[in-house]
Amino acid sequence: MRRLREAWQGFKAGAWLGWQIESNWTEPFLFAIYSVIKPVAGVLILVFMYLVVAQGGLENPLFPQVFLGTTFYLYVVNVLSGISWSVHDDREHYGMLKYVYMAPLHLYGYLLGRGAAKTLVATISVLITLAFGMAFLRVRLSLGSPGLLAAALMLGLAALAFYGILLAGVSLLIARHGWMVGDVVAGGLYLLCGAAFPLALLPAPFRALGLGLPPTYWLEALRRALLGAGLHPELAALSDAQLLLILAGSTLLGVALSAGLFRAAERIAVRRGLLDMQTMY
Amino acid sequence: MVPMDLAVKTEDLTRVFRLRKREGGREVLALDRVNLEVRRGELFGLLGPNGAGKTTLIKILATLLAPTSGRAFVAGVDVVENPAEVRRHINMVCGGETSGYGLLTVEENLWMFAQFYGIPSREARRRIGELLSLVGMADRAKTKVYHLSSGMRQKMNVVRGFLTDPEILFLDEPTLGLDVQTARTIRGFIRQWLREHPDRTILLTTHYMHEADELCDRVAIIDRGRILACAAPAALKKTLQREAVFRLYLEGLADAKAALDGMPGVRALAQQEEDGRLRVDLILSEEEVLVSVLSRLQAKGAKLAELRKEEPTLEDVFLALVGRRLSEEAP
Repeated sequence: MRRLREAWQGFKAGAWLGWQIESNWTEPFLFAIYSVIKPVAGVLILVFMYLVVAQGGLENPLFPQVFLGTTFYLYVVNVLSGISWSVHDDREHYGMLKYVYMAPLHLYGYLLGRGAAKTLVATISVLITLAFGMAFLRVRLSLGSPGLLAAALMLGLAALAFYGILLAGVSLLIARHGWMVGDVVAGGLYLLCGAAFPLALLPAPFRALGLGLPPTYWLEALRRALLGAGLHPELAALSDAQLLLILAGSTLLGVALSAGLFRAAERIAVRRGLLDMQTMY
Repeated sequence: MVPMDLAVKTEDLTRVFRLRKREGGREVLALDRVNLEVRRGELFGLLGPNGAGKTTLIKILATLLAPTSGRAFVAGVDVVENPAEVRRHINMVCGGETSGYGLLTVEENLWMFAQFYGIPSREARRRIGELLSLVGMADRAKTKVYHLSSGMRQKMNVVRGFLTDPEILFLDEPTLGLDVQTARTIRGFIRQWLREHPDRTILLTTHYMHEADELCDRVAIIDRGRILACAAPAALKKTLQREAVFRLYLEGLADAKAALDGMPGVRALAQQEEDGRLRVDLILSEEEVLVSVLSRLQAKGAKLAELRKEEPTLEDVFLALVGRRLSEEAP
């Protein structure tokens, strides 16, 4: 009971701190402008690539699929890599990780709190991007399956947070290169989970890898919920319920893996004296 | 079982760091079978030069680092077996660093840490106001941390340590690199806090001899990972009372150490260049030895510019124990 209370304390404080760090770095007006421009600029790059490089049209049914996949991928970047970045940031930049660690809170809960702040920021970006797509890029979204959308969002975000904790454990152990863990994983996933193009375009081994990744199923479920159809023929045989079941399974796996591996990483970090290591890199 | 009156106890505590292969691959012994007992309600000092093992010891006690062997207990709890329980009893402040969330105000930084410790928000704000006033920072509560000078930031960190009213507080070089006035304010604050909280324990590491002398009930002298002596400052200085401590200023001689090497009755010697003269601190087994020391120095071409008999200080205790000053690097 006491540990649970401490985990909740850590979560609340982590979420508060995360939000302050995300939103408090400039004046509210500049923050509002940045919050709009960043995701819109990101989607415009995609539109440019799609229209000019791939020579596709906005009316092509592939476009909303790519648009939606890339938009929701913002969560992957923010939450998954954001949590592991928190470890690097607290240790290297603020020099505070050791004080956080030695407080009577659950570091795991604290990092989940930091992830919650990242989720909030990503949600703002996703909503702005979706609104922009609907207003200017002729993307038509429908809330045909609100249950599927809610369940997929909940399970997917939870899975991202737990896998983010797992990466945070890796960051704990590689003090010097901790900053790149999240970036590398998020970049790799973008390629492999069919966010921007169908998995069928990937070479067979990468396609198989993509089919083993939870975000592939997550994005597919979101596409079905908001566009009425999925992107990947490989997953067409799965019902919505089966997709959700796979997502639930991968979330549970994430919980188990992150709890075990993060704890192990923590122990190794204490043994090696890495918790307060500032590399000055 | 650790006796109830002990806040900290270590048993043969050892820590070895293994350097990476590309850094030489050798082992560095940071703590060498340290046995220490700190009583509850005590301000205990760990005095030693840079690299002596003070911070390593504090880090182990604060559950940030695992020992290689031996055991350590804080508030009666084994730091390896139950670190989560240890953390409920402690807090720590480190000096010489620029930690803190710069985007937050002083008050926000402190409030957030109070939340880490489950202190109710209103109570946290009351304590923050009170402690900031004590260190003369009440008017900086709403200042963002990145606007603070390093001294102000350190004062904020000191407040962060005391804010949670810890049973045992580790202060690792809390005045390192600070100007005289700020260091004095922090020392005054520590004293006042202990007066008001006599049941609390502080373990202070420092390489400032006067700080240990001024603040600590007891002091352990540590060098190269080993505890060399442990007693009240007065008792430590008393160990030198039978000896004679002198300070000499010499001209015309560059190395008194070489000149007096192997001379009977010279227990310890430290020298340094000062204003174009050689300052030599000498600990002699008895005053009478001074005559032969001066004769030897004169024979080596030294001219005595000044001679003072000194009262023993902790610095002299360290010199007598280790053979060099606190400020000198280990050879």
